[in-house]
Amino acid sequence: MRRFSWFNATSLTLGFAFLYLPMIILVVYSFNDSRLVTVWAGFSTKWYGELVRNEEFLDAAWVTVRVAFFSSCLATVLGTMAAYVLVRAGRFRGRTLFSGMIYAPLVMPEVITGLSLLLLFIGIGLDRGVFTVVLAHTTFAMCYVSVVVSSRLTTFDTALEEAALDLGASQFDSFRLVTLPIIAPAVISGWLLAFTLSLDDLVIASFTTGPGATTLPIKVFSAVRLGVSPEINALSTIMIGIVTVGVIIASLISKRAAVAQARDEQAAPRTT
Amino acid sequence: MVNETRFAPWDDPEARPLIQFRGVTKRFGDFTAIDDLTLDIYPREFFALLGPSGCGKTTMMRMLAGFEEPTAGEILLDGRDIAHVPPNRRPVNMMFQSYALFPHLSVWDNIAFGLRRESRDKAAIEARVEEMLRLTRLTKFARRKPHQISGGQRQRVALARSLAKAPKLLLLDEPLGALDRKLREETQFELMDIQEKTGTTFVIVTHDQEEAMTVASRVAVMDEGRIVQVATPEVIYEAPNSVYVADFIGDVNLLRGTARARPAETAPEDQPQETQQAAPDAMPEQVPATKPGDRRYQPNALGMRLHNTLARVFGAWIEDEPKRLPAPEPAAAPKPKAAPAPAPAPDIPPGGIEIDWAQGQPAVIAANGEPALDGKPVVLALRPEKVSIAKDRPVAPNVLGGKVIDIGYLGNISTYHVQLSDGSMVKAQATNTRRIARRDITWEDEVWISFSATAGVVLAE
Repeated sequence: MRRFSWFNATSLTLGFAFLYLPMIILVVYSFNDSRLVTVWAGFSTKWYGELVRNEEFLDAAWVTVRVAFFSSCLATVLGTMAAYVLVRAGRFRGRTLFSGMIYAPLVMPEVITGLSLLLLFIGIGLDRGVFTVVLAHTTFAMCYVSVVVSSRLTTFDTALEEAALDLGASQFDSFRLVTLPIIAPAVISGWLLAFTLSLDDLVIASFTTGPGATTLPIKVFSAVRLGVSPEINALSTIMIGIVTVGVIIASLISKRAAVAQARDEQAAPRTT
Repeated sequence: MVNETRFAPWDDPEARPLIQFRGVTKRFGDFTAIDDLTLDIYPREFFALLGPSGCGKTTMMRMLAGFEEPTAGEILLDGRDIAHVPPNRRPVNMMFQSYALFPHLSVWDNIAFGLRRESRDKAAIEARVEEMLRLTRLTKFARRKPHQISGGQRQRVALARSLAKAPKLLLLDEPLGALDRKLREETQFELMDIQEKTGTTFVIVTHDQEEAMTVASRVAVMDEGRIVQVATPEVIYEAPNSVYVADFIGDVNLLRGTARARPAETAPEDQPQETQQAAPDAMPEQVPATKPGDRRYQPNALGMRLHNTLARVFGAWIEDEPKRLPAPEPAAAPKPKAAPAPAPAPDIPPGGIEIDWAQGQPAVIAANGEPALDGKPVVLALRPEKVSIAKDRPVAPNVLGGKVIDIGYLGNISTYHVQLSDGSMVKAQATNTRRIARRDITWEDEVWISFSATAGVVLAE
């Protein structure tokens, strides 16, 4: 079925153009010498230099990375636990309800999630800042992690855990020494997903942030309202770069994991 | 299993069982997987749980391992109730059907896993792992990961891992199911060897009866959550206690019919008396034959009158009955006639029963049948290898004529499907001592099948 046809070629080109043309323009203009965004005046990396000297942007970037790191770690732990319980707990009343509820934030409009979190933080008198943004990001990243991890756990052979128990390991040891190393690729890609989501979130962050906790997307958004500067283009290019590398790593990990899993499943004998 | 003295702790009243199931019941919701089961397993036994899928054998094994808790009853290990002890706290290890080797650990680390959990010192762990590697001939593969070795080697890693902690009891869940036939047979002997060397009690779950018979000291045949029979492989095969066991284990001919107590020709003094007493609901025409001493069958005057009155009313019926009943007699007659004709039949032991099993066929003699079964529906279970096949009519207690319909050639033996004149099929087996080209029996041949008076096992229906 690998035949070339003009129809396929055209639709492929159009599709990719639709996806990537805006980004290519952004990347190209980040190397523009001119201050005017839409006029090409020769190649230059001076906006990257400007960016490095811009304290505000650097602060925002540091806040963003910290928030992304802590929230993705927290989300990974909670999401993995939730997935483990939902997959392993067997049948109990209301199980479908619980697993449905775990996925609900995936489809919830971000504005609503942000607003409800804001109300909660005000209600319990929590000062808004980096901490509240971390909490907010953990909340919604957690369900992504749990989706990724639970899809791996459903194909996990429970006999492995039983074997660990049978050999004298405690419940916790059997998770730590057997289950976790085997599902690690799924956990890591869940972490990367959470990290990326936190990195580019604007809506929830802007609801839950406070003074001194401006994340990069908020910074960019507010800066753009004053006019697009080539500095923003440079910043965005860097972010595209980071996200691209992250996505490539994540896909490599999950691909290798899939190969290893197929291999191990082949190693296990078929039950007659 | 047979050393200088026979290994049979189950016959020894002094022997203390290692495992005792006492009235164990396991329910999953409405479904009863194990139904009030009581069973003893002795130390150093190689015990097989055999049954079709869904018979509860896996549930029993999982209860021994601690993965399932019984709903009722107790499971004793060395006299201590372990029914509710978690799996990591009992001296029982299991070899899983899927082997459940840890894919991220090397063979060495897989075997060491259990030892490391009990905080032994490093040197002791190393020594034990090396010992296990030697026992299972895996030393060369110690550093490999499970996916880098063959299926047979993985099976041995699983065995080594489960034996490493020197458990009191080793459970094997269909351990050889994934191996091909040749390897499976080798591994069976290897398992027996290792079991003898380590002196561990093995409990194996399998649906493969050949495997169970090969490896086990005793076999428990299970059906729908109950144990139907527990016995040595020989007893299970030669003396099954029910049609279910006979049919489940090996190939068998089942002749269904009605038992008729057989008077002993040689010892008429005590034999018939016993027969009659043991068969209170004997057929009416045998009543007059009863010895005068037996009062129970003596009709009194009223009875006689009643009988005669009724006989007049239902005369036609009663006249018919005796006529129909003796019918098998002449049919059976040719056989004893046939036997004495060329030579008297000294090889027919007295007593036992005859079974009228098909219209127009001579009754078969089962000298080992319980005379108490007289008049009851019974099944004669007859192994094909105990049925001889010949072109010329042989001299034997039981001889039936038929036609060869099918021949199953298995190399060392052949199974002949013989159709008798009434249409029923009987399987007979013969060893192929001759080359196939010189085989004298072929399809559509008129043949005689024969078997001794004690070849079959009489089972109540």
